[in-house]
Amino acid sequence: MKKIELGRAGTAILLLTGALISVPASAEVDLAGNWAPRTHQDWEERGPGPEVVDYLGLPLNAEGRAKALAYTASVLSLPERQCLYYAPNYVVLGPQGLKIWAEFDPVTGATIAWKLGAAVDRAGITIWMDGRPHPSPNAPHTLAGFTTGVWEGDMLTTYTTHIKAGYLRRNGAPTSDQATIIEHFMRHGDSITVSAHIEDPIYLSEPDVVSRVWQLDPTANLSPTPAPCTPEVEVPRLEGSAVVPHFLPGKNPFAGELTGLYHIPQEAVMGGAETMYPEYRKKLKASYVAPERCVRYCCGWQGGAESGNNAPGLECVTNGGGGNVRPRN
Amino acid sequence: MSVLGTRGVLTNMTSQAARKYQTSLTWATVAVFLCLPGVAHSQGRGGAAAPAAAQEIAPIDLTGYWVSIVNEDWRWRMVTPAKGDYASVPINAEAKRIADLWDPAKDEAAGEQCKSYGAPAIMRVPGRLHITWQDPNTLKVETDAGEQIRLLHFGKGTPAGGAATWQGDSVATWERGSGGPVMPVAGNAPRYGDLKVITKHIRPGYLRKNGVPYSANTTLTEYWDLNKERNGEQWIEVTTLVDDPTYLQVEWATSLHFKKEPDGSKWDPTPCSARW
Repeated sequence: MKKIELGRAGTAILLLTGALISVPASAEVDLAGNWAPRTHQDWEERGPGPEVVDYLGLPLNAEGRAKALAYTASVLSLPERQCLYYAPNYVVLGPQGLKIWAEFDPVTGATIAWKLGAAVDRAGITIWMDGRPHPSPNAPHTLAGFTTGVWEGDMLTTYTTHIKAGYLRRNGAPTSDQATIIEHFMRHGDSITVSAHIEDPIYLSEPDVVSRVWQLDPTANLSPTPAPCTPEVEVPRLEGSAVVPHFLPGKNPFAGELTGLYHIPQEAVMGGAETMYPEYRKKLKASYVAPERCVRYCCGWQGGAESGNNAPGLECVTNGGGGNVRPRN
Repeated sequence: MSVLGTRGVLTNMTSQAARKYQTSLTWATVAVFLCLPGVAHSQGRGGAAAPAAAQEIAPIDLTGYWVSIVNEDWRWRMVTPAKGDYASVPINAEAKRIADLWDPAKDEAAGEQCKSYGAPAIMRVPGRLHITWQDPNTLKVETDAGEQIRLLHFGKGTPAGGAATWQGDSVATWERGSGGPVMPVAGNAPRYGDLKVITKHIRPGYLRKNGVPYSANTTLTEYWDLNKERNGEQWIEVTTLVDDPTYLQVEWATSLHFKKEPDGSKWDPTPCSARW
């Protein structure tokens, strides 16, 4: 039998081939850049803010609902709370862009961490990629939490623990310091989708899943660091009073507001896992009657008085919050 | 003759050495070709290469029953919002004019109760999906809400023209997040990627139940990802980009999620409704 000689070049090609086919079908995708938000869903919640009592679609348990109803935004006037950040899940709750970059080992070039820049009201987040373990359960909890990440093919999956108590919505729907967050970063060309699965054994009966879309925008010019914050006395009567603003059980004056505005049954407004599932519509169908006309935020897409595109019979009032609306007098 | 040496420089060889070198390269090239994943098994009769079927190279398994979890835009999806409530959708003035004329009775009289169940809107309608392979290159997505059927065609199997339909003509590809195609993978090696779907030729309808319109010029681009959670749950995440130069100021970008269910026991076919 004739001996087949491959020679050095052939051997090199075979070695190269072997190396190529032994590489798993996964690869890190470059997530670095400035990503501008696309606030095309939950715009009201992310922009001007949710209604004071709106827990629609949140899997709150009884404890979570009670805690949410006790909340009033006046608590943020306390000097010690003015500069508190939101928890890391605010990445998908807030309206901000995302600045993402990698940090590399200076010798090996390996990615040590991915970094998410801070927002005005959220701490920067470090996603450790070097395989380090999460700290002891007794380690301090911070506003940024502790996050590790792994690549699952082209998708970066992260796991966050050790966060301080925070919010699912900006109206006080709570998360506890036992909450954990899994996030998936999925890049598709020039867009990126981030899906957050928030589990909380204290306040949720099922995971709360929220996802958002951003668009790559080199001109976004986002800051990697938060703006400085200096607390001041905003409400003198609270100064030194030891009062923590709150609503007592059954006394939240806004509990019926959503029902009045949009005819949503009170039971649905209080949230709960049941309200997330399609079959809940059967319950709603029996009692829901749509309002005659739009009564709030009827300017269209971030419209505003200057857009000239107000809904008929409504005056669009810009209040710095993206366009509030009231019936025309 | 001159050949490229192993250090990347041109070197001189004798004719005999050059022939031996070329033989080596030929065998090496053949070996490389045969070693490439998916090549050996994708040869058709007569040596013509037959592309691997989409089902065969699927990097993710989307089949099964899935339920939409509605915790985003709840007030615009779970109930029919008031006329004129088009917050979040980047519509233009003409779209607003049309939305303000919304009349469900007129749609019912015209037999157009399914206007809010077209491809650009159907994934936002609360309900369940049943996903199966209709054939090795066609993924079938059924919805119980509105009883719609989407056919996602891979490869060249795009449907013929004709009248536009609610679900339009969809062309599907498996792709990597970096934008490249998914290649066949040998054996049990892990597979990664997502499903990209581009849908055109869609019958004009509503993006929202209360008459927010999309036009016949609409192109829908979707990315379907599969997430496997630590608690064992599987979720489909669908990123949808609706491009309508007639009625939208910018591309409408949203994302929807569906949780896998063990069976079809909660499947609840419900006809289209113009009002609910």
